[in-house]
Amino acid sequence: MTTTRDWPLYEVFIRARGGLDHKHVGSIHAVDARMALEHARDVYTRRQEGISIWVVKSSEIVASDPTEADAFFEPARDKIYRHPTFYDIPDEVKTL
Amino acid sequence: MDTAALEARFAARIDADERIEPKDWMPDAYRRALIRQMSQHAHSEIVGMLPEGNWITRAPTLKRKAILMAKVQDEGGHGAYLYGATETLGVTRAALIDELLAGSAKYSSIFNYPTPTWADVGAIGWLVDGAAIMNQIPLCRCSYGPYARAMVRICKEESFHQRQGYDIMLSLARGTLAQRRMAQGALDRWWWPALMMFGPPDAESKHSAQSMRWKVKRFTNDELRERFIEFTVPQAEFLGLEIPRGTIDWSEFHEVLNGNGPCNRERLTARRHAHEQGRWVREAALAYAEKQRSRQREAV
Repeated sequence: MTTTRDWPLYEVFIRARGGLDHKHVGSIHAVDARMALEHARDVYTRRQEGISIWVVKSSEIVASDPTEADAFFEPARDKIYRHPTFYDIPDEVKTL
Repeated sequence: MDTAALEARFAARIDADERIEPKDWMPDAYRRALIRQMSQHAHSEIVGMLPEGNWITRAPTLKRKAILMAKVQDEGGHGAYLYGATETLGVTRAALIDELLAGSAKYSSIFNYPTPTWADVGAIGWLVDGAAIMNQIPLCRCSYGPYARAMVRICKEESFHQRQGYDIMLSLARGTLAQRRMAQGALDRWWWPALMMFGPPDAESKHSAQSMRWKVKRFTNDELRERFIEFTVPQAEFLGLEIPRGTIDWSEFHEVLNGNGPCNRERLTARRHAHEQGRWVREAALAYAEKQRSRQREAV
């Protein structure tokens, strides 16, 4: 059986309502960005799930390496003083 | 890290109910089992468009026609979500579709049954989508992230499918004697195949135990089947229809699974035909996109 090669893959991000972030919802195959937007609309927003769509070629996404996650996120681990709960404030002091 | 250590860490993550994501290390067997299950699931959605698509041009009213088109379109969408989720495991959709069309991939055997009357469309929504929901809700918590997230989206849409099916059955059940008979006939045809959708009895299910350990599967085939019966019997009573008596004929299940069901050949032929007939569209779209790109390059 001969195969037409797969169209490129795009990742799809949707803003559900005004004021919210775009959120990753899945992927879509398309010949170009315009078709990716139209197909993403047909596949991911059949019930008005969004007011805005971003698509980006999957091959363009740069991701951190999960096997390196421990070392990669290590710098934040020992800095608990960045959280407000680190500080003991007497009960008498209000609105702080 | 050596393989034994990676495997131990993977098992610990599964035990802790963590989700596994595409780039995480996973055992080959886990990856292969997911590719098998998720691609079969995707194929089922696509082949599942055929029995109901059979009635779109003959739906009794414009309203029913619009609803049925929306439902069949949803099934195509579900196939797209699931192929997409399967591709995160390192296979291509084109290769998976080739396997389907070559006849070497499996899909749910329920779609190898015919839809001779309009009531069959109602029975499919009510029973087949009902059984699918029962199977799919636990998958929303399965250990592989992309599969779980696709299932959340799918389950939201399935509820419409089941209710529109029951709505068709309600209209027939409240109709003339001939319509009530048509509804009963469809229930008689779909009852046993719907129960078989949960797979073989636990004792004979070859993938179940491993799949439960990996938390891909959360309940056994028999547990889900029992729950489905419990939910469905009162719904049939409300319609004034009678649930068929007897037991599941597992030899029928194996025959259909092995390609000898009433419509196996017809379904694959229809898929191959659609794929071939759509070839020029796929090629033309690619050629057009390439032309646009080369024009843009010239203009710069």
